[in-house]
Amino acid sequence: MSLMNKTVSYIIFGLILILLQQIIFNNINLFGYINPLMYILFIIYYPIKNNRILFIFMSFCLGLTVDIFSDTLGLHSASCLVLAYLRPIILKISFGLAYIHQVIKFQNIGFRNRLIYLTLSTITHNFVIFSLEIFSLTNFTYLLQKVLLTALFTVFLGLVFSYLFKPTNK
Amino acid sequence: MRQIIDFFVRNKNFILFIFLFSVSLTLLFTSSNFHKSYFLNSTNLISGNIYELNKSINDYFNLRKINENLSLENKNLRESLYNLNKKNQEYKVFNARIIKNSYNLNNNFLTINIGNKDSIKTDMGVVSSKGVIGITDRVSENYSRVISILNTNLNINAKLNNTNYFGVLNWDGKNLNVLQLNDLPKQTSISIGDTIITGGNSLIFPMGIPIGIVTSYKLDNTQNYIEARIKLFNDMTNLSHAYIIKNNNKKEIIELNE
Repeated sequence: MSLMNKTVSYIIFGLILILLQQIIFNNINLFGYINPLMYILFIIYYPIKNNRILFIFMSFCLGLTVDIFSDTLGLHSASCLVLAYLRPIILKISFGLAYIHQVIKFQNIGFRNRLIYLTLSTITHNFVIFSLEIFSLTNFTYLLQKVLLTALFTVFLGLVFSYLFKPTNK
Repeated sequence: MRQIIDFFVRNKNFILFIFLFSVSLTLLFTSSNFHKSYFLNSTNLISGNIYELNKSINDYFNLRKINENLSLENKNLRESLYNLNKKNQEYKVFNARIIKNSYNLNNNFLTINIGNKDSIKTDMGVVSSKGVIGITDRVSENYSRVISILNTNLNINAKLNNTNYFGVLNWDGKNLNVLQLNDLPKQTSISIGDTIITGGNSLIFPMGIPIGIVTSYKLDNTQNYIEARIKLFNDMTNLSHAYIIKNNNKKEIIELNE
């Protein structure tokens, strides 16, 4: 597949995730307020060999689209940006040498590494998003609770999804 | 010069990141002002239509028709109720469906399916059959956005039923369906289970629309005012029809006070 086709198919993947997020995942409301933020799977499973500028920009657009749908202009885009920018560091922590030698393929990494990678990414993203949303330190325990519960839920669904629909990228 | 260009090329990722990050923060902080960023909100055509489609898939055909008739009937009844014992027609009521409702953020909004075309304006009161829902905020041709009562930026004038003590009702963002009524004078005779209704002081809501009941109260930090917790009559997570109240005398009163 050429680079162009690949990018287009990733954009479609992102759009499907956004639609699913709006129609299904935003209406789960576990315990009244916990909704998994599944659209970040786009950033998490974006190919590792990439044009970094394009990747950061596309993550920003992903966040902005989610923002437009949920009336929270700037909230999701800021947190997607932070996740996209920090992804190399998270990859390095989760996969170590395999990342440095560029031999990871998302479809055949082990459960343990996958779990670490998903958890770190989701917590980073959720921490930024809820800090910005709540925007005060007086409710720090509430913030932590929201971050951890949402992350737990997102990681769980993310794992289920990654085994149901194995990413086909090479 | 060469070195400066080199510096930019080397750090292009970081510069792009900082640039986009400040763009999104600017968007975040200006949009909390509600009136800016005009076209990027859920009242715009594409997302509004998708929400409407989403909603219509969930509705049964027949039930929808019946509901609409009932809501029209309620609209007329409410209109005559609000204008009872008044000489001219002071309030006009519109009925609408809520096509999007959020309640798990700190600043929640709803979207309703009528707008400019049905002469909806900003700052009109929105109520449901059980009580207050919010205030219209942004209006497009066919849709309007409503600031939910579950929005930390919204303050509503409210009073205890059968007294004339007023307070300010707002939400602290913590508990769904539980609000705070602040600034009630110390001498108010308040007790648990009292009903809270809208006060007649605002141009937005007519007096006497039910809001909720007092579940607990205490003196606030200044020791001069009572701060009460109010449980809403409405379940804000389960709303489908809304009534929008227009005050026909609003313009006149505003002009008088200028």
